[in-house]
Amino acid sequence: MRQKKYLLTAVLVLLMAGTALAETPETADTVQINLNVVWTLVAAILVFFMQAGFAMVEAGFTRGKNAINILMKNLMDFSVGSLAFFLVGFGLMFGQTNGLFGTTLFGMSGVEPGTDWNWTFLIFQTVFAATAATIVSGAMAERTKFVGYLAYSFFITLLIYPIFGSWAWGGLLDGGGWLENMGFLDFAGSTVVHSVGGWLALAGAIVLGPRLGKYDKDGKPRAILGHNIPIAALGVFILWFGWFGFNPGSTTEGDGMIGYIAVTTNLAAAAGAVMAMATAWALLKKPDASMALNGALAGLVAITAPCDGVSPMAAILIGAVGGVLVVLSVLFFDHIVKIDDPVGAISVHGVCGAWGTISAGLFNMEYGLFYGGGFAQLGVQLVGVLAAFAWAFGLGLVMFMLISKTIGLRVSAEEELKGLDIGEHGMEAYGGFQIFSTT
Amino acid sequence: MKLIIAYIQPHKLNDVKAELTKEEVAKMSVTNSLGAGAQKGYTESYRGVKFDVNLLKKVRLEIAVNQEFVDKTVDAIIRGARTGEIGDGKIFVLPLEDCIRIRTGQRGGDAIG
Repeated sequence: MRQKKYLLTAVLVLLMAGTALAETPETADTVQINLNVVWTLVAAILVFFMQAGFAMVEAGFTRGKNAINILMKNLMDFSVGSLAFFLVGFGLMFGQTNGLFGTTLFGMSGVEPGTDWNWTFLIFQTVFAATAATIVSGAMAERTKFVGYLAYSFFITLLIYPIFGSWAWGGLLDGGGWLENMGFLDFAGSTVVHSVGGWLALAGAIVLGPRLGKYDKDGKPRAILGHNIPIAALGVFILWFGWFGFNPGSTTEGDGMIGYIAVTTNLAAAAGAVMAMATAWALLKKPDASMALNGALAGLVAITAPCDGVSPMAAILIGAVGGVLVVLSVLFFDHIVKIDDPVGAISVHGVCGAWGTISAGLFNMEYGLFYGGGFAQLGVQLVGVLAAFAWAFGLGLVMFMLISKTIGLRVSAEEELKGLDIGEHGMEAYGGFQIFSTT
Repeated sequence: MKLIIAYIQPHKLNDVKAELTKEEVAKMSVTNSLGAGAQKGYTESYRGVKFDVNLLKKVRLEIAVNQEFVDKTVDAIIRGARTGEIGDGKIFVLPLEDCIRIRTGQRGGDAIG
Protein backbone atom coordinates (compact mmCIF):
# COMPACT_ATOMS: atom_id res chain seq x y z
CA MET A 1 0.00 0.00 0.00
CA ARG A 2 2.71 2.41 1.03
CA GLN A 3 4.82 1.29 -1.89
CA LYS A 4 1.94 1.96 -4.26
CA LYS A 5 1.40 5.49 -2.97
CA TYR A 6 5.06 6.18 -3.30
CA LEU A 7 5.05 5.00 -6.90
CA LEU A 8 1.98 7.05 -7.69
CA THR A 9 3.59 10.20 -6.30
CA ALA A 10 6.72 9.51 -8.26
CA VAL A 11 4.80 9.02 -11.49
CA LEU A 12 2.78 12.19 -10.90
CA VAL A 13 5.91 14.16 -10.21
CA LEU A 14 7.58 12.75 -13.31
CA LEU A 15 4.58 13.76 -15.41
CA MET A 16 4.61 17.26 -13.95
CA ALA A 17 8.32 17.47 -14.47
CA GLY A 18 7.84 16.64 -18.10
CA THR A 19 5.66 19.68 -18.62
CA ALA A 20 6.70 22.43 -16.23
CA LEU A 21 10.24 21.69 -15.18
CA ALA A 22 11.73 20.09 -18.21
CA GLU A 23 15.23 21.22 -17.36
CA THR A 24 15.39 19.60 -13.90
CA PRO A 25 13.60 16.29 -14.10
CA GLU A 26 12.09 15.40 -10.74
CA THR A 27 12.64 11.91 -9.49
CA ALA A 28 11.40 9.97 -6.51
CA ASP A 29 14.73 10.84 -4.87
CA THR A 30 14.22 14.56 -5.07
CA VAL A 31 10.70 14.19 -3.75
CA GLN A 32 12.11 12.32 -0.79
CA ILE A 33 14.77 14.98 -0.27
CA ASN A 34 12.16 17.73 -0.30
CA LEU A 35 9.97 15.72 2.05
CA ASN A 36 12.95 15.43 4.41
CA VAL A 37 13.43 19.19 4.26
CA VAL A 38 9.76 19.87 4.96
CA TRP A 39 9.59 17.39 7.84
CA THR A 40 12.83 18.62 9.43
CA LEU A 41 11.69 22.24 9.21
CA VAL A 42 8.27 21.44 10.68
CA ALA A 43 10.06 19.62 13.49
CA ALA A 44 12.36 22.62 14.02
CA ILE A 45 9.30 24.84 14.37
CA LEU A 46 7.81 22.42 16.92
CA VAL A 47 11.05 22.42 18.90
CA PHE A 48 11.14 26.23 18.75
CA PHE A 49 7.76 26.28 20.48
CA MET A 50 9.35 24.41 23.38
CA GLN A 51 10.91 27.76 24.32
CA ALA A 52 7.40 28.93 25.16
CA GLY A 53 6.91 25.74 27.17
CA PHE A 54 10.07 26.33 29.21
CA ALA A 55 9.09 29.96 29.78
CA MET A 56 5.64 29.00 31.10
CA VAL A 57 6.90 26.12 33.29
CA GLU A 58 9.53 28.31 34.89
CA ALA A 59 7.28 31.34 35.32
CA GLY A 60 4.55 29.19 36.85
CA PHE A 61 6.81 27.37 39.30
CA THR A 62 8.32 30.59 40.68
CA ARG A 63 6.94 33.66 42.45
CA GLY A 64 4.97 36.42 40.76
CA LYS A 65 7.53 39.05 41.70
CA ASN A 66 10.09 37.37 39.40
CA ALA A 67 7.91 36.53 36.40
CA ILE A 68 9.21 39.22 34.05
CA ASN A 69 12.78 38.28 34.86
CA ILE A 70 12.24 34.63 33.97
CA LEU A 71 10.45 35.50 30.73
CA MET A 72 13.27 37.86 29.74
CA LYS A 73 15.82 35.15 30.45
CA ASN A 74 13.91 32.74 28.20
CA LEU A 75 13.54 35.30 25.43
CA MET A 76 17.18 36.34 25.59
CA ASP A 77 18.84 32.95 25.88
CA PHE A 78 17.09 32.02 22.64
CA SER A 79 17.93 35.29 20.94
CA VAL A 80 21.56 35.55 22.10
CA GLY A 81 21.93 31.82 21.55
CA SER A 82 20.60 31.91 17.96
CA LEU A 83 23.17 34.55 17.03
CA ALA A 84 26.10 32.87 18.81
CA PHE A 85 25.20 29.46 17.35
CA PHE A 86 24.92 30.83 13.80
CA LEU A 87 28.20 32.73 14.00
CA VAL A 88 30.36 30.21 15.85
CA GLY A 89 28.57 27.28 17.52
CA PHE A 90 27.30 25.53 14.40
CA GLY A 91 30.79 25.54 12.89
CA LEU A 92 32.35 24.12 16.05
CA MET A 93 29.72 21.39 16.16
CA PHE A 94 29.34 20.38 12.51
CA GLY A 95 32.30 21.85 10.58
CA GLN A 96 35.22 19.70 9.44
CA THR A 97 36.80 18.55 12.64
CA ASN A 98 40.38 18.81 13.88
CA GLY A 99 39.65 15.90 16.21
CA LEU A 100 38.25 17.99 19.04
CA PHE A 101 35.90 20.44 17.35
CA GLY A 102 34.80 21.68 13.93
CA THR A 103 36.73 24.40 12.14
CA THR A 104 34.56 25.34 9.15
CA LEU A 105 31.02 26.63 8.50
CA PHE A 106 31.38 29.65 10.83
CA GLY A 107 28.54 32.02 9.96
CA MET A 108 27.65 29.41 7.28
CA SER A 109 30.64 30.51 5.22
CA GLY A 110 30.83 28.63 1.94
CA VAL A 111 27.16 27.69 1.91
CA GLU A 112 25.19 29.26 -0.93
CA PRO A 113 21.96 30.98 0.07
CA GLY A 114 19.14 28.87 -1.36
CA THR A 115 18.04 25.30 -1.24
CA ASP A 116 21.16 23.79 0.39
CA TRP A 117 20.29 21.20 3.08
CA ASN A 118 22.65 22.97 5.50
CA TRP A 119 20.15 25.80 6.00
CA THR A 120 17.40 23.46 7.16
CA PHE A 121 19.91 21.60 9.30
CA LEU A 122 21.15 24.88 10.82
CA ILE A 123 17.71 26.01 11.99
CA PHE A 124 16.95 22.52 13.33
CA GLN A 125 20.22 22.48 15.29
CA THR A 126 19.77 26.08 16.47
CA VAL A 127 16.54 25.25 18.30
CA PHE A 128 18.29 22.27 19.90
CA ALA A 129 21.17 24.43 21.11
CA ALA A 130 18.69 26.93 22.52
CA THR A 131 16.90 24.13 24.37
CA ALA A 132 20.12 23.20 26.16
CA ALA A 133 20.67 26.87 27.02
CA THR A 134 17.20 27.53 28.39
CA ILE A 135 17.18 24.53 30.75
CA VAL A 136 19.54 26.41 33.05
CA SER A 137 17.35 29.47 33.65
CA GLY A 138 14.85 27.52 35.78
CA ALA A 139 17.44 26.17 38.22
CA MET A 140 18.92 29.65 38.63
CA ALA A 141 15.55 31.38 38.94
CA GLU A 142 14.64 34.20 41.34
CA ARG A 143 18.17 35.27 42.34
CA THR A 144 20.40 35.61 39.29
CA LYS A 145 21.67 38.95 38.04
CA PHE A 146 20.34 39.51 34.53
CA VAL A 147 23.65 40.53 32.90
CA GLY A 148 25.38 37.54 34.46
CA TYR A 149 22.73 35.30 32.91
CA LEU A 150 23.17 36.94 29.49
CA ALA A 151 26.91 36.24 29.66
CA TYR A 152 26.21 32.60 30.49
CA SER A 153 23.75 32.14 27.60
CA PHE A 154 26.33 33.52 25.20
CA PHE A 155 29.03 31.06 26.29
CA ILE A 156 26.88 27.94 26.33
CA THR A 157 25.71 28.28 22.72
CA LEU A 158 29.06 29.68 21.60
CA LEU A 159 31.32 27.00 23.09
CA ILE A 160 30.13 24.59 25.75
CA TYR A 161 27.20 22.98 23.93
CA PRO A 162 28.69 22.87 20.41
CA ILE A 163 32.05 21.34 21.37
CA PHE A 164 30.42 18.52 23.31
CA GLY A 165 27.90 18.18 20.49
CA SER A 166 30.67 17.76 17.94
CA TRP A 167 31.97 14.71 19.84
CA ALA A 168 28.61 12.93 19.64
CA TRP A 169 26.84 14.37 16.59
CA GLY A 170 29.46 16.04 14.38
CA GLY A 171 29.19 13.24 11.83
CA LEU A 172 25.59 14.20 11.04
CA LEU A 173 27.18 16.80 8.75
CA ASP A 174 30.86 17.50 7.97
CA GLY A 175 32.36 16.83 11.40
CA GLY A 176 32.94 13.80 13.58
CA GLY A 177 34.03 13.06 17.11
CA TRP A 178 35.47 10.50 19.47
CA LEU A 179 32.17 9.63 21.15
CA GLU A 180 30.33 8.79 17.96
CA ASN A 181 33.36 6.85 16.74
CA MET A 182 33.01 4.64 19.82
CA GLY A 183 29.40 3.98 18.79
CA PHE A 184 27.75 6.21 21.40
CA LEU A 185 23.95 6.16 21.05
CA ASP A 186 22.13 9.43 21.71
CA PHE A 187 19.47 9.70 19.06
CA ALA A 188 17.89 13.07 19.91
CA GLY A 189 19.98 14.34 22.80
CA SER A 190 19.26 12.94 26.28
CA THR A 191 22.93 13.62 26.91
CA VAL A 192 23.97 16.10 24.23
CA VAL A 193 21.10 18.52 24.94
CA HIS A 194 19.44 17.64 28.26
CA SER A 195 22.26 16.37 30.46
CA VAL A 196 24.58 19.12 29.27
CA GLY A 197 21.91 21.69 30.17
CA GLY A 198 21.09 19.90 33.43
CA TRP A 199 24.70 19.68 34.64
CA LEU A 200 25.28 23.33 33.77
CA ALA A 201 22.16 24.10 35.80
CA LEU A 202 23.67 22.14 38.70
CA ALA A 203 26.88 24.18 38.50
CA GLY A 204 24.91 27.42 38.34
CA ALA A 205 22.69 26.54 41.31
CA ILE A 206 25.74 25.57 43.40
CA VAL A 207 27.69 28.76 42.65
CA LEU A 208 24.58 30.91 43.30
CA GLY A 209 23.47 29.24 46.51
CA PRO A 210 19.85 28.82 47.62
CA ARG A 211 17.22 31.56 47.50
CA LEU A 212 16.80 33.60 50.68
CA GLY A 213 14.37 31.81 52.97
CA LYS A 214 14.67 28.46 51.20
CA TYR A 215 16.36 26.83 54.20
CA ASP A 216 15.67 27.65 57.84
CA LYS A 217 18.32 27.93 60.54
CA ASP A 218 18.48 24.15 60.98
CA GLY A 219 18.86 23.66 57.24
CA LYS A 220 15.34 22.34 56.80
CA PRO A 221 13.92 23.16 53.34
CA ARG A 222 10.94 25.49 53.21
CA ALA A 223 8.34 25.50 50.48
CA ILE A 224 8.46 28.55 48.22
CA LEU A 225 5.23 28.21 46.28
CA GLY A 226 5.04 28.67 42.53
CA HIS A 227 2.59 31.46 41.72
CA ASN A 228 0.72 29.94 38.78
CA ILE A 229 0.41 26.17 38.50
CA PRO A 230 -2.08 26.37 35.57
CA ILE A 231 0.52 28.24 33.49
CA ALA A 232 3.17 25.68 34.50
CA ALA A 233 0.83 22.89 33.36
CA LEU A 234 0.30 24.66 30.04
CA GLY A 235 4.08 24.84 29.74
CA VAL A 236 4.45 21.10 30.25
CA PHE A 237 1.80 20.38 27.60
CA ILE A 238 3.62 22.71 25.20
CA LEU A 239 6.89 20.89 25.88
CA TRP A 240 5.23 17.52 25.33
CA PHE A 241 3.81 18.87 22.04
CA GLY A 242 7.21 20.20 21.02
CA TRP A 243 8.83 16.86 21.79
CA PHE A 244 6.98 15.36 18.81
CA GLY A 245 9.38 17.50 16.80
CA PHE A 246 12.37 16.94 19.06
CA ASN A 247 12.50 13.13 18.80
CA PRO A 248 10.72 12.21 15.55
CA GLY A 249 12.36 15.23 13.89
CA SER A 250 15.82 13.93 14.70
CA THR A 251 15.40 11.37 11.91
CA THR A 252 15.61 14.39 9.55
CA GLU A 253 13.85 12.04 7.17
CA GLY A 254 10.19 11.82 6.27
CA ASP A 255 9.47 8.12 6.49
CA GLY A 256 7.69 5.61 8.72
CA MET A 257 10.20 5.98 11.56
CA ILE A 258 8.75 9.34 12.56
CA GLY A 259 5.48 7.68 13.50
CA TYR A 260 7.24 4.95 15.44
CA ILE A 261 9.37 7.42 17.36
CA ALA A 262 6.31 9.54 18.13
CA VAL A 263 4.79 6.42 19.72
CA THR A 264 7.82 5.55 21.89
CA THR A 265 8.12 9.23 22.88
CA ASN A 266 4.49 9.48 23.91
CA LEU A 267 4.50 6.17 25.82
CA ALA A 268 7.54 7.20 27.85
CA ALA A 269 6.05 10.60 28.70
CA ALA A 270 2.78 9.01 29.79
CA ALA A 271 4.55 6.39 31.91
CA GLY A 272 6.75 9.09 33.44
CA ALA A 273 3.76 11.18 34.47
CA VAL A 274 1.91 8.18 35.93
CA MET A 275 4.90 6.86 37.87
CA ALA A 276 5.91 10.29 39.19
CA MET A 277 2.36 10.76 40.41
CA ALA A 278 2.38 7.31 42.03
CA THR A 279 5.76 7.91 43.67
CA ALA A 280 4.68 11.29 45.03
CA TRP A 281 1.40 9.76 46.21
CA ALA A 282 3.26 7.03 48.11
CA LEU A 283 5.99 9.24 49.59
CA LEU A 284 4.17 12.54 50.08
CA LYS A 285 0.64 11.18 50.65
CA LYS A 286 -0.91 13.24 47.83
CA PRO A 287 -0.70 13.13 44.02
CA ASP A 288 1.34 16.35 43.81
CA ALA A 289 0.66 18.14 40.52
CA SER A 290 4.09 19.74 40.23
CA MET A 291 5.76 16.33 40.62
CA ALA A 292 3.45 14.69 38.04
CA LEU A 293 4.23 17.51 35.60
CA ASN A 294 7.96 17.03 36.23
CA GLY A 295 7.37 13.30 35.67
CA ALA A 296 6.00 13.78 32.15
CA LEU A 297 9.10 15.79 31.31
CA ALA A 298 11.32 13.17 32.96
CA GLY A 299 9.84 10.46 30.72
CA LEU A 300 10.36 12.66 27.67
CA VAL A 301 13.98 13.46 28.54
CA ALA A 302 14.73 9.79 29.24
CA ILE A 303 13.30 8.47 25.95
CA THR A 304 15.13 11.10 23.90
CA ALA A 305 18.35 9.06 23.54
CA PRO A 306 16.89 5.58 22.96
CA CYS A 307 13.61 6.51 21.18
CA ASP A 308 14.51 5.08 17.74
CA GLY A 309 15.95 1.73 18.81
CA VAL A 310 13.76 0.38 21.59
CA SER A 311 10.50 -1.56 21.69
CA PRO A 312 7.29 0.15 22.84
CA MET A 313 7.33 -1.92 26.05
CA ALA A 314 10.89 -0.80 26.75
CA ALA A 315 9.84 2.80 26.11
CA ILE A 316 7.16 2.47 28.79
CA LEU A 317 9.72 1.05 31.21
CA ILE A 318 12.28 3.77 30.44
CA GLY A 319 9.71 6.52 30.99
CA ALA A 320 8.40 4.86 34.16
CA VAL A 321 11.88 4.66 35.71
CA GLY A 322 12.37 8.32 34.75
CA GLY A 323 9.15 9.22 36.56
CA VAL A 324 10.23 7.50 39.79
CA LEU A 325 13.75 8.84 39.50
CA VAL A 326 12.71 12.47 39.07
CA VAL A 327 10.70 12.55 42.31
CA LEU A 328 13.49 10.90 44.31
CA SER A 329 16.03 13.22 42.72
CA VAL A 330 14.03 16.38 43.47
CA LEU A 331 13.72 15.29 47.11
CA PHE A 332 17.43 14.39 47.21
CA PHE A 333 18.60 17.79 45.93
CA ASP A 334 16.09 19.66 48.11
CA HIS A 335 16.50 17.78 51.41
CA ILE A 336 19.87 16.08 51.40
CA VAL A 337 22.42 18.02 49.37
CA LYS A 338 20.41 21.25 49.77
CA ILE A 339 20.84 22.63 46.28
CA ASP A 340 17.97 24.99 45.50
CA ASP A 341 16.46 24.24 42.07
CA PRO A 342 13.07 26.00 41.97
CA VAL A 343 11.71 24.08 38.94
CA GLY A 344 13.49 20.70 39.22
CA ALA A 345 15.63 21.27 36.09
CA ILE A 346 18.66 19.39 37.43
CA SER A 347 16.56 16.30 38.20
CA VAL A 348 14.50 16.38 35.00
CA HIS A 349 17.27 17.13 32.52
CA GLY A 350 20.54 16.14 34.21
CA VAL A 351 19.55 13.01 36.09
CA CYS A 352 16.86 11.67 33.71
CA GLY A 353 19.04 12.58 30.72
CA ALA A 354 21.78 10.36 32.16
CA TRP A 355 19.26 7.58 32.84
CA GLY A 356 17.89 7.78 29.28
CA THR A 357 21.36 7.56 27.81
CA ILE A 358 22.23 4.54 29.95
CA SER A 359 18.90 2.92 29.08
CA ALA A 360 19.92 2.86 25.41
CA GLY A 361 22.75 0.53 26.43
CA LEU A 362 20.23 -1.74 28.15
CA PHE A 363 17.23 -1.75 25.83
CA ASN A 364 18.54 -1.01 22.32
CA MET A 365 17.19 -3.86 20.21
CA GLU A 366 20.50 -4.30 18.37
CA TYR A 367 23.23 -3.57 20.90
CA GLY A 368 21.51 -3.49 24.31
CA LEU A 369 22.51 -5.67 27.25
CA PHE A 370 18.99 -7.13 27.54
CA TYR A 371 18.99 -8.04 23.85
CA GLY A 372 22.19 -10.06 23.86
CA GLY A 373 24.50 -7.17 23.01
CA GLY A 374 26.65 -7.67 26.09
CA PHE A 375 28.16 -4.90 28.18
CA ALA A 376 30.06 -3.15 25.37
CA GLN A 377 27.31 -0.69 24.43
CA LEU A 378 26.44 -0.05 28.07
CA GLY A 379 30.08 0.83 28.70
CA VAL A 380 30.13 3.29 25.81
CA GLN A 381 26.90 4.88 27.08
CA LEU A 382 28.46 5.29 30.53
CA VAL A 383 31.53 6.93 29.00
CA GLY A 384 29.26 9.42 27.24
CA VAL A 385 27.30 10.17 30.41
CA LEU A 386 30.47 10.74 32.42
CA ALA A 387 32.08 12.83 29.68
CA ALA A 388 28.99 15.07 29.58
CA PHE A 389 29.08 15.49 33.35
CA ALA A 390 32.79 16.27 33.48
CA TRP A 391 32.60 18.71 30.56
CA ALA A 392 29.40 20.57 31.40
CA PHE A 393 29.64 20.57 35.19
CA GLY A 394 33.38 21.27 35.24
CA LEU A 395 33.31 24.07 32.69
CA GLY A 396 30.07 25.33 34.21
CA LEU A 397 31.64 25.74 37.64
CA VAL A 398 34.61 27.64 36.18
CA MET A 399 32.39 29.85 34.01
CA PHE A 400 29.85 30.72 36.73
CA MET A 401 32.64 31.48 39.22
CA LEU A 402 34.33 33.74 36.67
CA ILE A 403 31.04 35.53 36.00
CA SER A 404 30.45 35.79 39.73
CA LYS A 405 33.91 37.35 40.31
CA THR A 406 33.66 39.80 37.38
CA ILE A 407 30.21 41.03 36.36
CA GLY A 408 28.40 39.39 39.26
CA LEU A 409 25.98 36.48 39.33
CA ARG A 410 23.64 37.18 42.24
CA VAL A 411 21.42 40.16 43.00
CA SER A 412 21.53 41.90 46.39
CA ALA A 413 19.49 40.47 49.25
CA GLU A 414 17.27 43.54 49.22
CA GLU A 415 16.53 43.17 45.52
CA GLU A 416 15.85 39.46 45.93
CA LEU A 417 13.25 40.21 48.61
CA LYS A 418 11.55 42.95 46.60
CA GLY A 419 11.62 40.83 43.46
CA LEU A 420 13.78 40.85 40.36
CA ASP A 421 11.01 42.31 38.22
CA ILE A 422 11.33 45.65 39.99
CA GLY A 423 15.06 45.37 40.65
CA GLU A 424 16.30 44.20 37.25
CA HIS A 425 13.60 45.40 34.90
CA GLY A 426 11.85 48.24 36.76
CA MET A 427 8.38 46.86 36.10
CA GLU A 428 5.79 44.44 37.40
CA ALA A 429 4.32 41.39 35.67
CA TYR A 430 0.79 41.89 36.97
CA GLY A 431 0.08 45.62 36.91
CA GLY A 432 -3.01 46.46 38.95
CA PHE A 433 -2.75 43.36 41.10
CA GLN A 434 -1.20 43.27 44.51
CA ILE A 435 0.76 40.06 44.79
CA PHE A 436 0.69 38.66 48.31
CA SER A 437 4.26 37.59 48.73
CA THR A 438 5.72 37.25 52.19
CA THR A 439 8.76 35.14 51.33
CA MET B 1 -7.84 44.38 76.35
CA LYS B 2 -5.91 45.96 73.51
CA LEU B 3 -5.92 45.69 69.75
CA ILE B 4 -2.40 45.74 68.35
CA ILE B 5 -2.07 46.77 64.72
CA ALA B 6 1.33 46.50 63.10
CA TYR B 7 2.50 47.40 59.61
CA ILE B 8 5.65 45.49 58.68
CA GLN B 9 7.73 44.63 55.63
CA PRO B 10 6.12 41.64 53.84
CA HIS B 11 9.30 39.59 53.87
CA LYS B 12 9.57 39.97 57.67
CA LEU B 13 6.26 38.21 58.30
CA ASN B 14 7.84 34.81 58.85
CA ASP B 15 10.34 36.19 61.39
CA VAL B 16 7.60 38.06 63.23
CA LYS B 17 5.40 34.97 63.36
CA ALA B 18 8.32 32.94 64.72
CA GLU B 19 8.91 35.51 67.49
CA LEU B 20 5.19 35.66 68.34
CA THR B 21 5.06 31.86 68.58
CA LYS B 22 7.84 31.98 71.16
CA GLU B 23 5.65 34.28 73.30
CA GLU B 24 2.68 31.95 72.78
CA VAL B 25 0.78 34.50 70.75
CA ALA B 26 -0.74 32.41 67.99
CA LYS B 27 -3.91 34.26 67.00
CA MET B 28 -3.68 36.98 64.43
CA SER B 29 -5.12 38.34 61.21
CA VAL B 30 -2.82 39.24 58.34
CA THR B 31 -3.80 41.34 55.37
CA ASN B 32 -2.06 42.88 52.41
CA SER B 33 -1.84 46.62 52.54
CA LEU B 34 -0.29 49.52 50.71
CA GLY B 35 1.22 52.40 52.59
CA ALA B 36 3.33 55.52 52.43
CA GLY B 37 5.70 56.30 55.25
CA ALA B 38 9.22 57.62 55.55
CA GLN B 39 10.35 55.37 52.70
CA LYS B 40 10.36 57.37 49.50
CA GLY B 41 9.14 54.59 47.23
CA TYR B 42 10.75 53.72 43.92
CA THR B 43 10.49 54.42 40.23
CA GLU B 44 9.01 51.94 37.82
CA SER B 45 8.96 52.26 34.09
CA TYR B 46 6.61 50.81 31.53
CA ARG B 47 7.53 50.92 27.83
CA GLY B 48 9.85 53.86 28.39
CA VAL B 49 7.49 55.88 30.55
CA LYS B 50 8.59 56.38 34.14
CA PHE B 51 6.27 56.65 37.09
CA ASP B 52 6.75 56.86 40.84
CA VAL B 53 5.43 54.18 43.10
CA ASN B 54 4.85 55.93 46.41
CA LEU B 55 2.57 53.37 48.04
CA LEU B 56 4.67 50.40 49.04
CA LYS B 57 3.59 46.87 49.77
CA LYS B 58 3.24 46.17 53.48
CA VAL B 59 1.65 43.51 55.60
CA ARG B 60 -0.85 44.51 58.29
CA LEU B 61 -1.10 42.37 61.41
CA GLU B 62 -4.02 42.64 63.83
CA ILE B 63 -3.73 40.95 67.18
CA ALA B 64 -6.21 41.27 70.03
CA VAL B 65 -4.61 40.56 73.43
CA ASN B 66 -5.29 40.77 77.14
CA GLN B 67 -3.39 43.41 79.09
CA GLU B 68 -0.62 41.11 80.33
CA PHE B 69 0.29 40.13 76.75
CA VAL B 70 0.61 43.66 75.35
CA ASP B 71 4.30 44.24 76.02
CA LYS B 72 5.32 40.71 75.10
CA THR B 73 3.49 40.97 71.78
CA VAL B 74 4.89 44.38 70.93
CA ASP B 75 8.44 43.28 71.79
CA ALA B 76 8.09 40.13 69.72
CA ILE B 77 6.93 42.11 66.69
CA ILE B 78 9.88 44.46 67.07
CA ARG B 79 12.35 41.60 67.36
CA GLY B 80 10.99 40.00 64.23
CA ALA B 81 10.57 43.06 62.05
CA ARG B 82 13.42 45.37 63.01
CA THR B 83 16.37 45.84 60.65
CA GLY B 84 17.25 49.39 61.65
CA GLU B 85 16.45 50.67 58.16
CA ILE B 86 13.76 53.15 57.23
CA GLY B 87 10.63 51.22 56.32
CA ASP B 88 10.66 48.68 59.15
CA GLY B 89 7.10 49.71 60.01
CA LYS B 90 4.89 50.91 62.87
CA ILE B 91 2.89 49.42 65.69
CA PHE B 92 -0.36 50.93 67.02
CA VAL B 93 -1.93 49.86 70.31
CA LEU B 94 -5.65 50.63 70.63
CA PRO B 95 -8.06 50.10 73.54
CA LEU B 96 -10.54 47.34 72.83
CA GLU B 97 -14.13 47.63 74.08
CA ASP B 98 -15.15 44.02 73.92
CA CYS B 99 -14.48 40.73 72.25
CA ILE B 100 -17.07 38.04 71.56
CA ARG B 101 -16.41 34.48 70.44
CA ILE B 102 -19.22 33.68 68.03
CA ARG B 103 -19.24 29.93 68.62
CA THR B 104 -19.71 30.06 72.41
CA GLY B 105 -20.94 33.56 73.09
CA GLN B 106 -18.05 34.12 75.54
CA ARG B 107 -17.18 37.78 76.13
CA GLY B 108 -14.15 39.85 77.11
CA GLY B 109 -10.80 38.40 78.16
CA ASP B 110 -12.01 34.80 77.98
CA ALA B 111 -12.90 35.16 74.34
CA ILE B 112 -9.49 36.48 73.32
CA GLY B 113 -7.18 33.71 74.54
